[in-house]
Amino acid sequence: MNAKGRVFKYGDNIDTDVIIPARYLNSSDPAELAKHCMEDIDKSFIGNVKPGDIIVGRKNFGCGSSREHAPLAIKAAGVSCVIADTFARIFYRNSINIGLPIIECPEAAEAIAAGDEVEVDFDAGTIRDLTTGATFQAQPFPPFMQKIMAAGGLMNTLR
Amino acid sequence: MGMTMSQKILARAAGLPEVVPGQLIDASVDLVLGNDITSPVAIHEMEKLPDALVFDKDKIALVLDHFVPNKDIKSAEHCKCVRQFAARHGITHFYDVGEMGIEHALIPEKGLAVPGDLIVGADSHTCTYGALGAFSTGVGSTDMAAAMATGKLWFKVPAAIRVNLTGKLQKHVTGKDVILHLIGLIGVDGALYQSLEFTGEGVASLSMDDRFTIANMAIEAGAKNGIFPVDEKTQEYLKEHAKRPGTVYEADPDAEYAGEVMIDLDTLESTVSFPHLPENTHLAKDSEDVVIDQVVIGSCTNGRIQDMREAAEILKGRHVAKGVRVIVIPATQAVYLQCLQEGLTEIFVKAGAVVSTPTCGPCLGGYMGILAEGERCVSTTNRNFVGRMGHVKSEVYLASPAVAAASALTGHITDPRRY
Repeated sequence: MNAKGRVFKYGDNIDTDVIIPARYLNSSDPAELAKHCMEDIDKSFIGNVKPGDIIVGRKNFGCGSSREHAPLAIKAAGVSCVIADTFARIFYRNSINIGLPIIECPEAAEAIAAGDEVEVDFDAGTIRDLTTGATFQAQPFPPFMQKIMAAGGLMNTLR
Repeated sequence: MGMTMSQKILARAAGLPEVVPGQLIDASVDLVLGNDITSPVAIHEMEKLPDALVFDKDKIALVLDHFVPNKDIKSAEHCKCVRQFAARHGITHFYDVGEMGIEHALIPEKGLAVPGDLIVGADSHTCTYGALGAFSTGVGSTDMAAAMATGKLWFKVPAAIRVNLTGKLQKHVTGKDVILHLIGLIGVDGALYQSLEFTGEGVASLSMDDRFTIANMAIEAGAKNGIFPVDEKTQEYLKEHAKRPGTVYEADPDAEYAGEVMIDLDTLESTVSFPHLPENTHLAKDSEDVVIDQVVIGSCTNGRIQDMREAAEILKGRHVAKGVRVIVIPATQAVYLQCLQEGLTEIFVKAGAVVSTPTCGPCLGGYMGILAEGERCVSTTNRNFVGRMGHVKSEVYLASPAVAAASALTGHITDPRRY
């Protein structure tokens, strides 16, 4: 599985309230949620994001509320992958469970700049910054989690 | 190798003699919790399964608390979805308006969490029940769906940070100050993927309500769970509330910890977290130049009876400052009734505060106290992120009920020792 797209870059502790503010949580429709994705920190995100684009954050991405609406909004906005130094644990679980590809790689998260073209090979765990030519190696997911992701999310493993 | 309290509970729930940090396990859960925001997504996911039955109607709790009484048509539809699901599956512990409370105050009060339990909830503050010696952690809606259907979930066994408490809190200094101080020390990702295990002779002096507040905000340090040892105070609480016996686990003497933090309760002072992260802590006495527009006293963090009493003690016979809106929200119907019986509600109303029925509303910027551009609120809630309580240019200052009440009287952040 691969992802390729242009990077939107953010900082430390991007919380689920800015990913999708609670004032929109009276809906659970991913397409509706996507319209407001990131709007409290980056009003231009939703107007500019294109299918396949990649979000790069730093430490503790997705901290705060357990709302699965956050990864759902990111996924429905067309984002193909989120790269960060670290993820908050509930966001991490939620992303795997709904099939939003995420990858932890502090070196990549630091070096990659906004607007870079980046390609991720999930099987190999490699991240290539096509703009700068730099390559980064992330830890691949444990087989247990790869199984969930390959099935397209947790619920598919229960069928 | 010895195990921590959290590890012992996970080992028991996974049917294993021993677990080690980093190990992936499948474990049986004792309670699955959801609210009106997270449950509709879980219900939708669960009902996609060919055999969409709940694993045990007595081990699921559904609480409508975030946007109730319904704030708009969409919220009403969400609540209806949960209400119908609860009826369809005969869910024993379903709490609607009139019986509900903010879930993390309600579940212990109803006796649904006991020591040794493994509890998951589709709400990040599910970690609250660690105060009772349970392993309790927040998950998302899909995890909730899987747990409702199968009674099982995967976990990665966490390492733990030991928080050693000594001494005794001073007057007007509370559990809220302990947890804000701790988050200030270790940061909002200081316990990422780990347990916070509270221990030491200082634990005994903390009330159960203090412990609920501390465990509640473990998530704000990134922790998977926060947990307290079970002592006489816990047993007393359980005698009054618990519906079933629990199992008391203690950390092994040779348990290994990834880190240790010491907190001397004697020296703690009223603490405030400035925007926009809970780790931005300052002492209340050094923050008195922050002028405010609103005060919120309530939430799953600080909406229990002790919190109401602390606020009332300061507000009694006084009036809130002109220009400050003060919203008091007892967390459950029982706390609401107790406020009435103890005369606290009268104190609040006479002081110029409004008293709401239980809701999470303002804490997450849902309704019931939304801030305009440039406004500031001292709040006993748990998060002060950008836009958390309203406009992206509004500000939330997290504090104890005592600081919130004192600030309500002066119109700026105030150390409650003044009262």
